[in-house]
Amino acid sequence: MTRKKKRLYLLLLCALGLGSATALTLTAFQDNLVFFRSPSDIARDVPGPERAFRLGGLVETGSLARSTEAGRPLARFVVTDGAHQVTVAFGGVLPDLFREGQGVVTLGKLGRDGVFQASEVLARHDETYMPPDVADALRRSGHWNPNQGAAPPASSWNTLQPGRGGG
Amino acid sequence: MSNAPFPAARPAAALHRFANPGQFLRLSGRVLPWLAGAAVLVLALALPWALAFSPPDWQQGETVRIMYLHVPMAWLGMGGYAGLALTSAVALVWRHPLADLACRELSPVGAAVTALCLATGSLWGKPMWGTWWVWDARLTSVLVLFFLWLGHAALVRAFDDPERGARMGAILALVGAANLPVVKFSVDWWNTLHQPASLTRVNAPALHVDILYPLLACTLGFSLAFAAVVLFRVRAAVMERRVRALQMAAARRAENS
Repeated sequence: MTRKKKRLYLLLLCALGLGSATALTLTAFQDNLVFFRSPSDIARDVPGPERAFRLGGLVETGSLARSTEAGRPLARFVVTDGAHQVTVAFGGVLPDLFREGQGVVTLGKLGRDGVFQASEVLARHDETYMPPDVADALRRSGHWNPNQGAAPPASSWNTLQPGRGGG
Repeated sequence: MSNAPFPAARPAAALHRFANPGQFLRLSGRVLPWLAGAAVLVLALALPWALAFSPPDWQQGETVRIMYLHVPMAWLGMGGYAGLALTSAVALVWRHPLADLACRELSPVGAAVTALCLATGSLWGKPMWGTWWVWDARLTSVLVLFFLWLGHAALVRAFDDPERGARMGAILALVGAANLPVVKFSVDWWNTLHQPASLTRVNAPALHVDILYPLLACTLGFSLAFAAVVLFRVRAAVMERRVRALQMAAARRAENS
């Protein structure tokens, strides 16, 4: 009986030690564990032009300009996190999910002119899932313009049934 | 007789009704057909619902159907690991031979579902994000989870003395449990390419009910199937041990006579 108790307490003690060690390690590596940096991070601490890093945020509404340069598609858009903006230039094929108001993560270098020269653009999907007719209903009723950012609070649409006269 | 995990008549076995492998075989034999039947029935209804009759997503289109496999596998990989850690704690503290066997039989199934989670996630990531794989905190921590499952499965089988292997495996399982909160909260603690949780959040679930309900049905079905497979494996392992113990006893008798 006591031996079992002893083993149990030893186990709990080990778990406590291991848990705190993990928490401390993760806290110490906080800055290195982020996959991308936001425009505000960039504004606070401007990386040199030689340093490649990932920049993430939302594609600002109305900022996307597509052109063709020497037969290659070229896109310019602004990545924003609300507080700060960074202009991004990317020559290549954008992912299907890419659009204004969508989250993106871009890999590249910040030029001396302040334009981020991206070599890779990934689309970042948010956590909302809705059928097309529900999205249409929200757009028609003026509750949401997908080009301007995230969907309204889920409780306002996650039981909406526009096709069945509910919405 | 000292090496056999389940000596035929051990007085201590009477104290723990469920430590008795005979009792376990009887009980699980009665439960298993119902469990397997329920899994088949639920999946037979949930999979067509999810894969054919539920609506597409407004921006992901039909690709969203990968979620009905990806998300249950992710939850089972994590939930199963929590079960492995708990069972390992029981095995370490109470020296429960059935708990050792359950851990040993759980890890290959856990590795399989985690591998499926990674594979479906990769297939989903390419069309939607534009990449098969990135080293963000969520994806990396799930890969670590997969390696923990594989490591546990290999470690418990790596010793000549199964009891020693089980002890080592239990310690690995408990140490690896520190990865579980990292998997779960990586999307909240750090910037990741993977989106945050849709279901377990403070506000209402960010899935429309027409997508949420088939997802929950698939999760129930896959969970029942997972439980049935694990129970089946544990039963087979108990029977295997019994056969081996009987063979050892017969060999010893033949030697003595």
